[in-house]
Amino acid sequence: MAKENENILQEVTNGEYKYGFVTEVETDIIGKGLNEDVIRLISAKKQEPEWLLEFRLKAYKHWLTMKMPQWAQLNVPEINYQDIIYYAAPKQEAKKDWDDVDPDLKSAFDKLGIPLNEQKTLAGVAVDAVMDSISVKTTFKEALAERGIIFCSFSEAVKDHSDLVKKYLGRVVPYTDNFFAALNSAVFSDGSFVYIPKGVRSPMELSTYFRINAAKTGQFERTLIIAEEDSFVSYLEGCTAPQRDENQLHAAIVEIFIEKNAEVKYSTVQNWYPGDKNGKGGIYNFVTKRGICNGENSKLIWAQVETGSAITWKYPSTILKGNGAVSEFYSVAVTNNYQQADTGTKMIHIGNNTRSRIVSKGISAGHSSNSYRGLVKVVKTCEGARNFSQCDSLLLGDKCGAHTFPYLQVENPTAQVEHEATTSKIGEDQIFYCNQRGISNEDAVGLIIKGYAGDVINKMPMEFAVEAQKLLQISIEGSVG
Amino acid sequence: MNLLEIKDLHAEVDGKEILKGINLTVKAGEVHAIMGPNGAGKSTLSAVLTGRERFNVTKGNIIFKGMELLQLPAEDRAREGIFLSFQYPVEIPGISTVNFLKTAVGEHRKYKKLPPLSGGEFLKMLREKMELLGMDNKLINRSLNEGFSGGEKKKNEILQMAVLNPTLAILDETDSGLDIDALRLVAQGVNKLKSPDNATIVITHYQRLLDYIVPDVVHILYDGRIVKTAGKELVPELEKYGYDWIKEGLS
Amino acid sequence: MTELENIDDSYFECKVNGLNTKCVTVNNGLFHPKNITSDLPEGVHVCSMKEARSRYSDIFECHYDKVRRSSDVSENNDAADGVFIYLSAGVELEQPLQILNTLGSETSFSGLQRNLVVLGKGARLTMLVCDHTLSGVEFDINNLTECVLDDGAALDYYEVQNQHAATRFENKLLVSEGRASLLDAMMITLYGGEIRNHIHVALNKSDADCNLRGVYILDKKQKVYNFTYVDHRAPHCSSHEHFKGVLDDAAFADFMGCVRVRPDAQKTDSYQANNNLLLTPFAKVHTSPQLIIDADDVKCSHGATVGQMNEEALFYLRSRGVGADEAKLMMMFGFAHDIIGKIKLQPLREEIDRLIDKRFRGEFSKCHNCTMNCNK
Repeated sequence: MAKENENILQEVTNGEYKYGFVTEVETDIIGKGLNEDVIRLISAKKQEPEWLLEFRLKAYKHWLTMKMPQWAQLNVPEINYQDIIYYAAPKQEAKKDWDDVDPDLKSAFDKLGIPLNEQKTLAGVAVDAVMDSISVKTTFKEALAERGIIFCSFSEAVKDHSDLVKKYLGRVVPYTDNFFAALNSAVFSDGSFVYIPKGVRSPMELSTYFRINAAKTGQFERTLIIAEEDSFVSYLEGCTAPQRDENQLHAAIVEIFIEKNAEVKYSTVQNWYPGDKNGKGGIYNFVTKRGICNGENSKLIWAQVETGSAITWKYPSTILKGNGAVSEFYSVAVTNNYQQADTGTKMIHIGNNTRSRIVSKGISAGHSSNSYRGLVKVVKTCEGARNFSQCDSLLLGDKCGAHTFPYLQVENPTAQVEHEATTSKIGEDQIFYCNQRGISNEDAVGLIIKGYAGDVINKMPMEFAVEAQKLLQISIEGSVG
Repeated sequence: MNLLEIKDLHAEVDGKEILKGINLTVKAGEVHAIMGPNGAGKSTLSAVLTGRERFNVTKGNIIFKGMELLQLPAEDRAREGIFLSFQYPVEIPGISTVNFLKTAVGEHRKYKKLPPLSGGEFLKMLREKMELLGMDNKLINRSLNEGFSGGEKKKNEILQMAVLNPTLAILDETDSGLDIDALRLVAQGVNKLKSPDNATIVITHYQRLLDYIVPDVVHILYDGRIVKTAGKELVPELEKYGYDWIKEGLS
Repeated sequence: MTELENIDDSYFECKVNGLNTKCVTVNNGLFHPKNITSDLPEGVHVCSMKEARSRYSDIFECHYDKVRRSSDVSENNDAADGVFIYLSAGVELEQPLQILNTLGSETSFSGLQRNLVVLGKGARLTMLVCDHTLSGVEFDINNLTECVLDDGAALDYYEVQNQHAATRFENKLLVSEGRASLLDAMMITLYGGEIRNHIHVALNKSDADCNLRGVYILDKKQKVYNFTYVDHRAPHCSSHEHFKGVLDDAAFADFMGCVRVRPDAQKTDSYQANNNLLLTPFAKVHTSPQLIIDADDVKCSHGATVGQMNEEALFYLRSRGVGADEAKLMMMFGFAHDIIGKIKLQPLREEIDRLIDKRFRGEFSKCHNCTMNCNK
């Protein structure tokens, strides 16, 4: 019976990575390695103001004093930071006109299902496309600008909205925060910048698509989202990378600032190359994402579907500072083959009557290891905080691991904090029941997974929920039984 | 026409022989009851018919609609028209009955090379079936079998049977855990779905259900073999004398 | 220690009304010479660790430090003395064996104690361990108890901690379980300074079960840490953990529980829960129930809550005429009784209930008939 189960699992989880191609574009690359000169070079290439260079150098000096964190349930091979290229850009600056964009780049994004032609694009979604270190194209910029919304590449923001960037950069994630945040702060190249003015609801989904293309490079992007009072934006990021035998490093920072009564929904479909079936290659994904609900009754929702990367180290967090602020975290993380994930969230309750909700669904298959790690902290002065966390693990096969590490730290008696977790597997009896109704093994597994992850998928923007659902199915294809 | 022919069927589970030579023929339009004490092999028989891989057929064969049934995987048997009402229906959290059935119907139609039903067509068909069975739509929007009472689970099985419209329905201990009202409702459903083209096998330990679903043929399964076959008059006799009477007759 | 020898023998009793125990006293980590252990039934062997080294050298050599070394507990404890308990296969001691750990000194004292409990195949034992302080000086104490449960053995282990606030107590209970063995352990923390309980259970063979329970009542600046580690190394084992705490004033409690399910431990059934009641804005709780699961056919769940008393329930009680303070006490008592109610020895259960009730009322919580001042 176990054997038979094993076979079905095998069948269903052997899906192939569909985004593993390489695009031949001329790339501007600097030499390997990291030192002050490299940072000066990056800053110069981007024609940055002096204050930003100083920020980078301070971060770099701090990084030199730090060590890579060891606490995660991950087995991370030694990373040689001098063997990485810290800047690679397609030799093509962001173009306003569609016609000016390099055809190879266009076709690359077309192949990924991300058309950058505004006529062809998904209705109601504006896209910032980032390849390696550079933003290639941002769509619907003008349409958004009419409402005062700024949606552009980070580099543009540094040039055109320097005051805003200067005001908010490093406010939520200071460069001293952790090893990878310090590294990113020193060498970050590009990313997206979003500013929603007071009282404005973004009329469309804003989305950034990250693509690693060049070999031997690291990707260090930085996203900054500012939502002023009474504003709303739904933002989505997606990511893929070519199939390569070597591991590539991705260390990003996302900072979100939310004022009174504003709401930000941040969705992620993370599909970096996970490595092959034997665990060779794949992206190391070490990401610091954090938002602050600064104003009263502000709201931040994280929704993520994580299927990619060889190693994931990521804890999108919310600081609930404003009274009555709300944050929700919905996550499905799938690991297969030799993938490792240590992911979760942090909810820091500071304001009174703040509420948070965590729904985490892990799915482990193959020889993978999938850990949830989450902190819920209620500080002494925070009255009436509420948290509910639910962390479920689903195991497909007996070679994988599912781990749960919740940390609840409560320093105020009016708080109510609850955590629940379960671990289960797809039962042979469930699959047989579906078979008996004429549903094949593969579809049965898909159906069961859909039911299991439905709570999270439903939180994704509609346009992406279907994609996310498909992605889940593909990532476990060939491993159910 | 012989819908189902079981010939000298031997089957084992975990190396232990449970079925020791079953012979059984079911014609279209018939209702067969298979009765027997606990451990006689009743549930094993239904598992082997529906293709549960844990059960290993060591000898014999099964012909269903003229084809070798044992060669088909479980889902194809279902698509060919074999339906099992489970003794213990399985829970699938997060998937509603409606969604589940829509998937199942889609698979059946694909197999038969029929065009898929639209959402509206499917719902219309589902509503008709629910009306036929006198069921309300409370259950169909809830996660499949999750938190259902025993009676609700069995009603749900019969609804699925109505929707999938099988040629051969096997009711495995459908009466277990049901109160008399639920039992009556389930039995009425089964009777309404009866036609000259399909057949039903009712597997049960007690005669209770057979008061409502009247069999044409009654078999008594004992220690892996059918030891007695007769008409419906056998049922009250069994009720009166119990299975010991059969056992004694054998020894 | 010498001062204790002068104390009347009755002082050594930590009597639980209606509970007849075989009592052994350990003072400042040393097995008391006056302990009479000769009237024990056949097959029950109790002596000092010092004596055990020679008298039961086979058993001693076979088991000493084995459980610790196979666990993740790295820091050793090379105490010279403590209690050695050995029950031969099939032996059952009907009366509970009480171990009275007392601390008494005129100047601040730090010490070590080490115990070894070996239960042969099918042996059964109930232990009641009481930790007390007899004088008001500072104590820094480190105890390590290893328990080996052979196949089919059963150990009921109750530990009542009632020490004064200037005590720092590092307490390790390391258990190794054989096939179909059963451990039922409960840590009752009534009073203390800073207590760190480490409970480490290795379920080495199939069908072993363990139940770990704990209740901690803390006030002032007391701190208690409960670290549990249940290591499922074999299939078909079950483990259930439940720890509950009530924290008043500026007390601090930390629960860090880890359930590990190794690849071979299929069909594991594990549950872990930690619930805390905070009574003041100065009390603090950290709780982290963790699961590390490397087998797929398992049933594992855990839960943790931190909160205050249910206002609705409080109101309900008050609407029935119970005063607000009394209603609160009732609820706190009910909260703790959830654990205490699982004590199998009725006299002990009643005694602990009584002590906890007194404790909540802020009354002196000394044990019945006891003249020791444990919570100075």
